[in-house]
Amino acid sequence: MLQIDLWKRVLIWLVCVTGLLLALPNGFYTRVEQSNDAAAEIIAKGDTPERQALVAQWPSYLPSSLVNLGLDLRGGAHLLAEVKVTDVYAGRMDALWPEVRDALRPERATVGSFRRQQAPEGQIRLKISKPEGMPRALEVVRGLANPITSLTGAGASDIDVSGQGDVITIELSEAEKLASDDRTVRQSLEIVRRRIDEVGTREPTIQRQGADRILIQVPGIGSASELKAIIGTTAQLTFNPVVGRGSDPDAPAGVGNKVIPSLDEPGAFYTVEAAPVVTGEQLVDAQPAFDQNGRPAVNFRFNTSGARKFGDYTAENIGSPFAIVLDDEVVSAPTIQSHIPGGSGIITGNFTIEESTHLAILLRAGALPAELEFLEERTIGPELGQDSIDAGKIATIVAFVGVLVFMALSYGLFGIFANVALILNVALIFGFLSLIGATLTLPGIAGIVLTVGMAVDANVLIFERIREELKAGRGPARAIDEGYSKALSAILDANITTFITAVILFAMGSGPVRGFAITLGLGIMTSVFTAIFVTRLIIVMWFERRRPKKIEV
Amino acid sequence: MRLRLVPQETSFDFFSKWRIWLGISALMMVVGLASFGLQGLNFGIDFRGGTTVRTESTTAIDVGLYREAIAPLELGDISITEVFDPTFAEDQHVAMIRIQAQASGEAISGEVIETLQTTLDAVAPGIKFVSVESVGPKVSGELVQTAILAVVLAIGAVLIYIWLRFEWQFALGAVVALVHDVVLTIGIFSELQIKFDLAIIAALLTIVGYSLNDTVVVFDRVRENLRRYKKKDLSEVLNLSINETLSRTVMTSVTTLLALISLYVLGGDVIRGFVFAMIWGVIVGTYSSVFVASTILLWLGVKRDWSKQANTAGNQFGNIDA
Repeated sequence: MLQIDLWKRVLIWLVCVTGLLLALPNGFYTRVEQSNDAAAEIIAKGDTPERQALVAQWPSYLPSSLVNLGLDLRGGAHLLAEVKVTDVYAGRMDALWPEVRDALRPERATVGSFRRQQAPEGQIRLKISKPEGMPRALEVVRGLANPITSLTGAGASDIDVSGQGDVITIELSEAEKLASDDRTVRQSLEIVRRRIDEVGTREPTIQRQGADRILIQVPGIGSASELKAIIGTTAQLTFNPVVGRGSDPDAPAGVGNKVIPSLDEPGAFYTVEAAPVVTGEQLVDAQPAFDQNGRPAVNFRFNTSGARKFGDYTAENIGSPFAIVLDDEVVSAPTIQSHIPGGSGIITGNFTIEESTHLAILLRAGALPAELEFLEERTIGPELGQDSIDAGKIATIVAFVGVLVFMALSYGLFGIFANVALILNVALIFGFLSLIGATLTLPGIAGIVLTVGMAVDANVLIFERIREELKAGRGPARAIDEGYSKALSAILDANITTFITAVILFAMGSGPVRGFAITLGLGIMTSVFTAIFVTRLIIVMWFERRRPKKIEV
Repeated sequence: MRLRLVPQETSFDFFSKWRIWLGISALMMVVGLASFGLQGLNFGIDFRGGTTVRTESTTAIDVGLYREAIAPLELGDISITEVFDPTFAEDQHVAMIRIQAQASGEAISGEVIETLQTTLDAVAPGIKFVSVESVGPKVSGELVQTAILAVVLAIGAVLIYIWLRFEWQFALGAVVALVHDVVLTIGIFSELQIKFDLAIIAALLTIVGYSLNDTVVVFDRVRENLRRYKKKDLSEVLNLSINETLSRTVMTSVTTLLALISLYVLGGDVIRGFVFAMIWGVIVGTYSSVFVASTILLWLGVKRDWSKQANTAGNQFGNIDA
């Protein structure tokens, strides 16, 4: 009856020992953390004796994964940003306009003259003077469409062209909008990641959330504003042809043009073509430098396609000015002196050295394709996090001791067996949390405390059942055996239902709530394991050795 | 020599006054709902949008002074409360400042926070903002929806699980008990105007899990006893089952409460509301599994031909304990 195969015994102890080993580093948190950081620095920045010494603080043969501390425990900043995916549509249309113009020019004989009209954002409307040439005009414009290369939009084209009377309307097709939204969010995510990596902080979390949101969590950073500054809500570099210069911000710009202010000349405004010649996305490198007068400047270099466009443009427009535009402000508007091949150049302005360095970083990281709107911002100071850790630690220890004493008083020797299982249980939770690299949050600590309280439930069920069997006159061995097997269905049902709620919490929740769901769910699994296997094994081993005639539970 | 919270053998009659118990529960639910309907919940920024700033200073807090200092900034509705906690140091003065959601869909801007800090620094030198949390109204609306969906989904999933494992009467009894617990918890939060935020939803779901845990243990015994005592009345079987599991019910509640109370007292003020919800939930959940779930079961009645049912395909989930 009370037999457990040797392989099962070995397996159970193996799981326990592994759990303990995995949990061990968390007992020496700072030491292990320093050691891990130093090891990472050696790989990144090279070997030094100090780093070696730090690495040696923790033996390499022991596991070194730690439970990540959530923002509410470590302090840091949390941002939830929404990518304004529709921003991109207008830019796409502006970029398409020159192509449409060039395609229609040779067709003047059939379509007559044509003009771009005012239209809502993300649309091109143009009026042709010979409405009878509409079919030909539509055919030509549709010829500019590209097929979409996405799974869902296969076979569709990227623009919708429609004609009514003498007006042609061009806009992105629905399928292309979807594909474009996805691209925009992915691109934004990548750029945000690169910018945060440039600064080099520990374990940032940068994930996509839903269709158009990005979640950014950076531990150890001073405030959410600081984080926003790093991400830089806008840092878009473009090179636009200059139409005119003036001092009136409300000057009529003309269709396809816009009026923007100068960065360092107060009161000066430029009218530029809205469609840029080249954009910052085509930059491959940007470095802080000094111009021939020794003032801080930024050197930049385009990729091949950018270099070609830039080269062609400068060759065709010698003598006319063009604007270097950063975030809708004109940094400078030099006149093109000569054809610039090779695609490199320099941005000069009234920069300080810091500004030019910062600008270079921003340019290198690339421009965000669309604006970010921050929906949620949280900053948690490190002191508050430390206070929470300290309070959580004390509370957990007190809760733990209280439950241990209570169990021992209630069930005597069997209570102590359950206590051993309980200690193993908490160790297993920490071991698994470290193993999967989960994040421990304040509600997560509450989840562990709750698990401590509830973990004994399975044992209580079993022990109460054994008591009943003993009362019914069964012998010790049989009572134990029956107790376990009869309590099993209640234990499983009760824990599966709780587990279901933990899974739903995990799926629906975010941040701290998710942390709670993880510890609760893991706690349920480990407590079932320790109650069903570990205490049983302990009791069986004790029983085999003692062979008591009478037991008291 | 053993600590026993419940005598070895009990034979309380839990159902002689079942009308009264159900009446009390119904009354409390009505009171809870009325309180919710009349004054509503004190929603945190997670659900309402807005900004909370937790400040810490070494000088004592004068709420009136703070209010006067902030008023010229024209941030709209502002509430300032001082936080007291036994875990704070002697010269640690903590206040929570809540600012209503600003007009745009976005969270609050960094400049506003900086101005706020310089303004407050004038009245409380060396004031620190230990946490600043801001949620735009756009997200908070979605969080409400997700939260409600989570609770409904959890209850639905549980209904289905118990239905598969037991009979529909059990499932209904368990779910009525769950709704009872959730309503009473929301009721007490609205009555005492404790801040209701995202973490409380987690607590609510845990209460759902815990209460269920309790109910299922009782039901499991009911099912077993129904098979064993085919002649006994349903009310006798229910009474017997609850008495047999009473010792366990009390033991588990006490150990869980022991852990939670230590967290409530020592865990700091940040999670106190969360822990309060759980303590309340454990008490209410334990009560409801005996007096609500079982009473509903008694009221609905149970089909007694378990023996014939035992081997049919429809009950395949019911046999893993065999």
